[in-house]
Amino acid sequence: MSSDSRIAHAAEDMQAGFLRRYVFSTDHKIIGLQYFFLAIAAVTIGTVLSLLMRFHLVWPSAHLPFIAGGIMTPEQYLALMTMHGTIMVFFVLTTAPQSAFGNYFLPLQIGAPDMAFPRLNMLSFWLTLLAFLVMLSAFLVPGGAPISGWTAYPPLSGLGDITGPGEGMGQSLWVASVLIFCVASLLGSINFISTTIDMRAPGMTLTRMPLTVWAWLVTAILSLLAFAVLFAGGILLVLDRVAATSFFLPAGLVVSGEFQTHGGGSPLLWQHLFWFFGHPEVYIAILPGMGVVSHILANFSRKPVFGYRAMAFAICAIGFLGFLVWGHHMFVSGMNPYSSLTFSLLTVSIGVPSAVKTFNWLGTLCGGKLQFQSPMLFAVGFVSFFVTGGLSGIFLAQPAVDTELHATYYVVAHFHIVMGVAAIFGILAATYYWFPKMFGRRMSESLGKLHFWLTFVGVYCVFMPMHFVGIAGGIRRYADSTGATYLAALQPLHRFMTIAAFITAAAQLIFFYNFFRSIKSGERAVENPWDATTLEWTTASPPLAGNFAGRFPSVYRGPYEYSVPGAAQDFLPQHLPPEELASGGKERSHAS
Amino acid sequence: MYDGVSKVSARVHLRGYASVALLLALLLTILVAATVYVFGAHLYPAPPPISQDAVQVDHQYNLTLYVTGAAFVLAQLGLAWAVFRFRDRGQKASHIRGNVALEILWTSVTVIAFVGLGILGRNAWAGARLTPAAPDAIQIEVTTNQFVYTFRYAGPDGKFGRLDPALVSAPTGNPLGIDPNDPAGQDDILAAELTVPVNRPIELLIRSQDVVHNFFVRELRLQQDAVPGMVIPVHFSADRIGTYEIVCTQLCGLGHYKMHGLLHVDSQSDYEAFLKRQALDQ
Amino acid sequence: MQASPVTELLERDGGGGFGQSGPLGGGEGSGNPGVPQRAYVTGMILALGGILMFFMALVSAWVVRKGFPNSDWQPITPPRILWLNSLILIVSSVTLSRSRRCLVARRDEQSRHWWGITTILGVFFLAGQLLAWRQLAVAGLFLATNPSSSFFYVFTSAHGLHILGGIAALLVVAVRPPQRLTRQTATTVVAMYWHFLCVLWLGIFALLWLGK
Ligand code: HEA
Ligand code: HEA
Ligand code: CUA
Ligand SMILES: [Cu+2]
Repeated sequence: MSSDSRIAHAAEDMQAGFLRRYVFSTDHKIIGLQYFFLAIAAVTIGTVLSLLMRFHLVWPSAHLPFIAGGIMTPEQYLALMTMHGTIMVFFVLTTAPQSAFGNYFLPLQIGAPDMAFPRLNMLSFWLTLLAFLVMLSAFLVPGGAPISGWTAYPPLSGLGDITGPGEGMGQSLWVASVLIFCVASLLGSINFISTTIDMRAPGMTLTRMPLTVWAWLVTAILSLLAFAVLFAGGILLVLDRVAATSFFLPAGLVVSGEFQTHGGGSPLLWQHLFWFFGHPEVYIAILPGMGVVSHILANFSRKPVFGYRAMAFAICAIGFLGFLVWGHHMFVSGMNPYSSLTFSLLTVSIGVPSAVKTFNWLGTLCGGKLQFQSPMLFAVGFVSFFVTGGLSGIFLAQPAVDTELHATYYVVAHFHIVMGVAAIFGILAATYYWFPKMFGRRMSESLGKLHFWLTFVGVYCVFMPMHFVGIAGGIRRYADSTGATYLAALQPLHRFMTIAAFITAAAQLIFFYNFFRSIKSGERAVENPWDATTLEWTTASPPLAGNFAGRFPSVYRGPYEYSVPGAAQDFLPQHLPPEELASGGKERSHAS
Repeated sequence: MYDGVSKVSARVHLRGYASVALLLALLLTILVAATVYVFGAHLYPAPPPISQDAVQVDHQYNLTLYVTGAAFVLAQLGLAWAVFRFRDRGQKASHIRGNVALEILWTSVTVIAFVGLGILGRNAWAGARLTPAAPDAIQIEVTTNQFVYTFRYAGPDGKFGRLDPALVSAPTGNPLGIDPNDPAGQDDILAAELTVPVNRPIELLIRSQDVVHNFFVRELRLQQDAVPGMVIPVHFSADRIGTYEIVCTQLCGLGHYKMHGLLHVDSQSDYEAFLKRQALDQ
Repeated sequence: MQASPVTELLERDGGGGFGQSGPLGGGEGSGNPGVPQRAYVTGMILALGGILMFFMALVSAWVVRKGFPNSDWQPITPPRILWLNSLILIVSSVTLSRSRRCLVARRDEQSRHWWGITTILGVFFLAGQLLAWRQLAVAGLFLATNPSSSFFYVFTSAHGLHILGGIAALLVVAVRPPQRLTRQTATTVVAMYWHFLCVLWLGIFALLWLGK
C-alpha cells in the first residue's frame, strides 16, 4: 500500500491548511526550525540589550531619546542586565543548540523518521514560545522588568516592589516565564532521551552514534533532572511572593523602614536550589556545542575523531560531575566553609574531562588535512575560547581565590568567554555546517569567513579586558562606576570593551545578511556537500517528511570513518553496506 | 557525485587554506603574547594585600596563574601550530583513531595539575575561614541594609545590646533596633565607617536587615555575603595603617552600585580616640 | 515567498500536520518500524524520573527549612483521615494491577470493571485529601500559617495534581484510547504512573508524619 497511500497523503496535505502544516506541525524538522528562529529572535534582542548596557557603563549620563526619562536610571540598567542574562541563557543557549539543532538532526543522525513523541515535541515548542513572550512582557508592565539578575536571589526577588522597581509585576512575570520554560524543557528532554534509546536505526549501536548524539542525549538527561529542581524552587518562590509563605524569607526583615511579617525562611535555600539547576544548566549550554565541534573537526580534518570513546566518556563524566559542583557559586554566601572545600575539589576535577576533550580535539587536528571552511573556523574558534574561558574557571573554583574574584568582572569574563562566546561559536559552527541540509542551499563562504574573523577578534577584545577589570576590583552588576573611587581608573578599559562590543555586534549583521540571503538565493546544495559520513547526509537536502523517503538506512560502521586506508573515497558513509563500497574499503568500526 | 563540490575549486581552496591557516595561527599567537604581556607586566594589579590571609590568597592566586598560564600558552600555541602545520596541502590525512597511552598521560597530568591546585588552595582558605577568631579579637557588628553599612562596637562592657527588628527606625536614631531596656545596649557605639586598630585580630559579625548584601575589602581579599536571618562571623588582622574602601558586591537593588563604606586602619591610640569621640556623639 | 526554498522545503515536505506525519509519516509500509511501543514505556520511566526529582527537591527544601537556625518551625500533626486516604490509594493500586492481569488473561470485561473501580478510588482519594485540608483550615492552619503547614499544603497539592492527571489518564484510556498505543502499552504506562504515585504518596505521608 505504501506508495499510493503516500500519494494520497501528499494530496490531502495539499489541502491541509498552511497553519496545520507549517505552524502547528509535528514534524521534528519544522519544529527544529521554529526553535531556531525563536533563538535568532532572542539572540538579537539579547544583544541589543547588552549594547545598551555597554553604552550606559561608559556614558552613564548620555541622553537616550528612546528610553523613558531620557537618561538611563540604575534600575533600568539592572532591568536590561537581568533580561539580557535570562534571555541569553534560557532562550538562546538552551534553545538553539539542544532544542533547535537537536530536534532537527538527532532523528536524522540515528536514522529515525521523527522524534518518538511528535505532538509532545510540538507542545514543548509552543510552551517555549509562550515563556518567551511572557518574559518579554515584563518590559511593558508598570515598574518594568525585574532588577534581581538572572539568579533572582530572594529576599530581593521575594517581597514584591517594596525591594525595588521591577520587583512587583515584572518579577512575577519573570518567575512565571521560567516555570513555563521548565515544563517545556522537561517534555523536550523526555522526547530526546526516548528517541535516542528506542528509535535508532538497525546497526546504530551506542558506540556508532555521532558525538553530537551523545552530547544531545547527555544534555537531555541534565535538563530532565535540573529543570525539575528549578521548577520546585520557582513554585516555592511564587508562594513566597503571592501567598505570604516564608520558604526563602527570614524573620525580622525591615525593608525600607517597613517591618515584614515573615517566618524564619532561608535565603540560602533558594541559592542551593537555583545553582543545583544553574550549574548543570551551563553544561546544557556547552555540551551540544562540544558534540558539534568534535563532529566538525573530524569532518574537516578528514580524520576520525581522536579517542572517540574517551570523548563520549568525557561527555558523560562532565554531565555527571556537573551535578556535584553547584556550591562553587556560593563560596562567599555564608555556606559552611568546609563544604566549600568539597565543592572546590569536585569543581577542579570537572576540569579533567574538559581537558581530555580539549586534548582530543587537538589530537583530531594533528595529522589531518584541515579544510578551513566557515564551520571549521568556528569549530577551531570554539576550542580556543573554551580553553581560555575554562582555565579562568580554575581560579574561581578555589574558595580562597574566589573570595577575591567573586562577583567581579572576572566572573563576567569567565562566563562570557566560555558561554557567551564558546557556546555561541558552537551554534554558529552548527549553523554554517548544517545550513545546506536545512535549506537546500549554501551560505556564502567568503562572507562566512569575514564574519568569523571579525567575531573572533571582536569577542576577544570585548571579554579579555574584563578579566583585568575584575582583578583590579571592578564589581559586576554596577549601574555605573561612581560607587567607589577606585573604579574610575577602570573606565578606559570599559570604553575599549564597549567600542569592541559595538563593532562585534555590527559584524553579526554580516551573518544575518548571509543567512537570510542564502535561504532565498544561495547556491544549490547537493545531498552531501561536506563529504561527510553520518546519516543526515544520506537523504535529500532538505529531507522529506519521514526523512529517508521510506528507504530506512541500516548502519554498518562508526560515525567518523575518514581517510580509511585503501578506501576509494576519503570517507566511508555509515549506511553503505560493505559490498557496495567501491574497491574493498574495509568496514572497521569502533563497535568491533 | 559525493565529492563533486570539493573537487571543482580544489586549487583555489588550497591557496585559500594556506592564508587562512596562517592568519588564524597568527591571531592565536598574538592572543597568547598579549595575554602573557598584560598579566606579566601587572598592568591592572590588585591593590597590595594588608593582612597575612590576603598574602596567602595572593600566593595561591599566583600559583594558579602559573599552572593555568602554562596550560593556556601550551593549548593555544598547540592549536595555532596544528592549524598551520596540517592545513590541506593536498596531502592525505592519516587514519588515527586515538592512543590510549596518550589519553592516560594527559588525563593524569591534568588530574595532578588541577586537583593539586585544589588541594593546595585549602591552606589559604583554612587560615581565613576554618579557624575561629583569636579569643582576644575585637568584635564589631556589621549591619547592612539598602544601601548603607552600619557598624556597632560593644562599648566598655564588651557586650552587644539585644536587637529587636520591630524597634528599627532610622529617623529616631535607632537604625539597628537596639532594645533600650537592655543594659548591655546602653553603651553600644554606632558608626557609619569601620575603624579598627592595626595588627589586632578583628572579628566582624555580618548581618543584613533586608536583602542579601556583601562586605568586600579588596586589600584584605575578604568578601562575605550579608544574609538576612544569619549572623556570619569573619576575622582578619590588618597590618598596614590607612583607609580602604568597602564595597557591596551582591546585587541588592537599584542602589547596589553606590553602596559603599570606608575601612580605617588606625594606630591603637587613634582607635581609642575614635571610640571616645563616637561615645560622646551618641 | 514562492522562490524561497523554505516554502519549497515545506511543499515537498509531507508537512507533518496532524494529518500524516509524526513517527509513521512517509514511512508506512516501507519497512519503517515507526515508534516501537517500548518507547512509550521509556518515556514514562523518564517522566517518573523527572517527577521524582521534583519531589526530591521539595524534600531537600523541607529538610533545610526545618533545620534552619531560628526557623519558627511548629510541628503539625497531619489529620487522621490521611490514614484512610493512604489505604484507599493502596487499594486502588491493587485493583489496577488486577485490571491489568485480567487484560493479559483476555478477560476484557473484568479488566474494564477493575479499571473503573480504580478510577473511582482515585476520586475518593482526592476527596479525602480535600477533607484533610478542610480539617486543617478549621484548626486554623493555612498555607502561610507556619513553614510546616506550608510544606504540608505544597506536598499534598503537588501530589494531588499528579493524581488528578492520573485519573484523567485512566478515563482517557477507558473512553477513547489513543490510537498510537496498543491497549497493552496504554494500560502498562498508566499503571506505572499510578503505582509510582501510590508509592510516592506513602513516602510523603511518612515524611509528614514521622518528620513532623
Ligand atoms: C557554558 C558555560 C560554562 C562552562 C562550560 C563553565 C565551566 C566552568 N566553570 Fe563556570 N560559570 C558559568 C558558565 C560556565 N562555566 C556562568 C554562567 C557563571 C556565572 C553565573 C553567575 O554568577 O551569573 C559561572 C561561574 C563560575 C564559578 C563561580 C564564580 C563566582 O561566582 O564566584 C565558578 C567557580 O568555581 C566556575 C567554575 C567553572 C569551572 C571550573 C569550569 C570548568 O568546567 C572548566 C573546564 C575547562 C578547562 C579547565 C579548560 C580546558 C582544559 C585544558 C586546556 C587543560 C589544560 C591542561 C593542563 C592544566 C595540564 N564558574
Ligand atoms: C549566551 C549568553 C550570553 C551572551 C551571548 C552574551 C553576550 C554579551 N554580553 Fe552578557 N551576560 C550573560 C550572558 C550572555 N551575554 C549573562 C548570563 C549575564 C549575567 C546577568 C546577570 O548578572 O544577572 C551577562 C551579563 C553581561 C554583562 C555584565 C553586566 C553587569 O554585571 O553589570 C555585560 C557587560 O558588559 C554583558 C555584555 C555582553 C555583550 C557586550 C555581549 C554580546 O553583545 C557580544 C557580541 C554578541 C555576540 C557575539 C552574539 C552573536 C551571536 C549570534 C549572532 C548567534 C546567532 C544565533 C543563532 C544562529 C541561533 N553581559
Ligand atoms: Cu548592597 Cu549590593
Ligand atoms: Cu557553575
